[in-house]
Amino acid sequence: MKQLLRWANPSVAGKVAARLRGVCLLGAILFGATGLVWGFFFAPADYLQGESVRIIYLHVPAATLSTLLYGTMAVASLGFLVLRLPSFALVCRAVAPTGLLMTALCLVTGSLWGKLSWGAWWVWDARLTSLLVLFFIYIGYFALHSLFVDGARARLATSVFVLVGAVDLPIVKFSVEWWYSLHQPASLLRKGGSSVHPDLLQPLLLCLAGATFFAAWASFTAFDNISMRTRLQRLLHPLS
Amino acid sequence: MRPRRGWRRTQRLTAVVVLLACVGIGTAFVLVALRENVVFFLVPSDVVERLAEGRVGDGRIRLGGLVVEGSVARDSDSGEVRFVVTDGAARVAVRYRGIVPDLFREGQGVVATGTLQAARVEGTSSEPLPLLEAEQILAKHDEYYMPRGVEKALKKNNLWREQP
Repeated sequence: MKQLLRWANPSVAGKVAARLRGVCLLGAILFGATGLVWGFFFAPADYLQGESVRIIYLHVPAATLSTLLYGTMAVASLGFLVLRLPSFALVCRAVAPTGLLMTALCLVTGSLWGKLSWGAWWVWDARLTSLLVLFFIYIGYFALHSLFVDGARARLATSVFVLVGAVDLPIVKFSVEWWYSLHQPASLLRKGGSSVHPDLLQPLLLCLAGATFFAAWASFTAFDNISMRTRLQRLLHPLS
Repeated sequence: MRPRRGWRRTQRLTAVVVLLACVGIGTAFVLVALRENVVFFLVPSDVVERLAEGRVGDGRIRLGGLVVEGSVARDSDSGEVRFVVTDGAARVAVRYRGIVPDLFREGQGVVATGTLQAARVEGTSSEPLPLLEAEQILAKHDEYYMPRGVEKALKKNNLWREQP
């Protein structure tokens, strides 16, 4: 535990983050570019949806990361609330912008795909609505954070907020199973394995890996910036 | 000093777990209570049940199910489309004037929003079916994605999955 908590020191963690960043950026470019080019230009079209199925290579990674990153924020918030180590809250803050970006990307690509396949840009279906709620929870997180001048209070309030908001995650995931919805059920994480044909699945998995590396790169960069800013503030105002 | 700090952590963890449990249970209650509003559409069985119980209100509903094979009839003069929707147990006829989405096909999922007509009309078979006068038709697809050739091969070898 003591060994583990050493990593929670912002300056130590910041240095590690800075070092991992390069690897992540490389992974993002390598996997992301290969996956997207493969998906958009070489993968076969779908038997039913034709060419419009290619939106999957943007939509699914964005959707996966919008929830995965929020899950990371929730775990970090739990860590902060129990252990009261500022680094956990900094992780949350570092991950949030990418999470918001992915959620927005998921909504935009989903809307386009919805128009092409369903015939509507938007419907108030449980899956779509719960993901829109997730988008507003991200916005709420930033809004709440900006309300506080005092860093310690901001960390406490936003951690509670993020944890309460995590209730939306199972709703997003299982909305398509619990209720009749226009959105189809899960294609990847489902009973009996993926329902996507390998020819379409392989580039999709590359895109997922690329997006994950991108999110990691962006989060590490943000974490490095935030921890540097925190250290700078401590130097400038040692008593606050 | 150490055991006290550990105690504080346990206390905080308990508080967080209780908070999450409360919020989770509260949300679950709300969602269960609002179930009828959270579902995006009714299936034909729901519609038949509501008609039998006389709880259709003003008749505005959203109906979802599969388009029955061979039931689609197009009238090129009026631009009217008629078809039957099923969930495997019950059937509801739909009438719609307008352009249907590209993915609208026989055997595929569909969601139709409109008004349920009190008068019953004849379906494709001899039994009378409830009729939905639709204003919007949305196509629904399932979670399977595959290239065109694979679909043809599956159908040829009789390995095509049964529709739910």
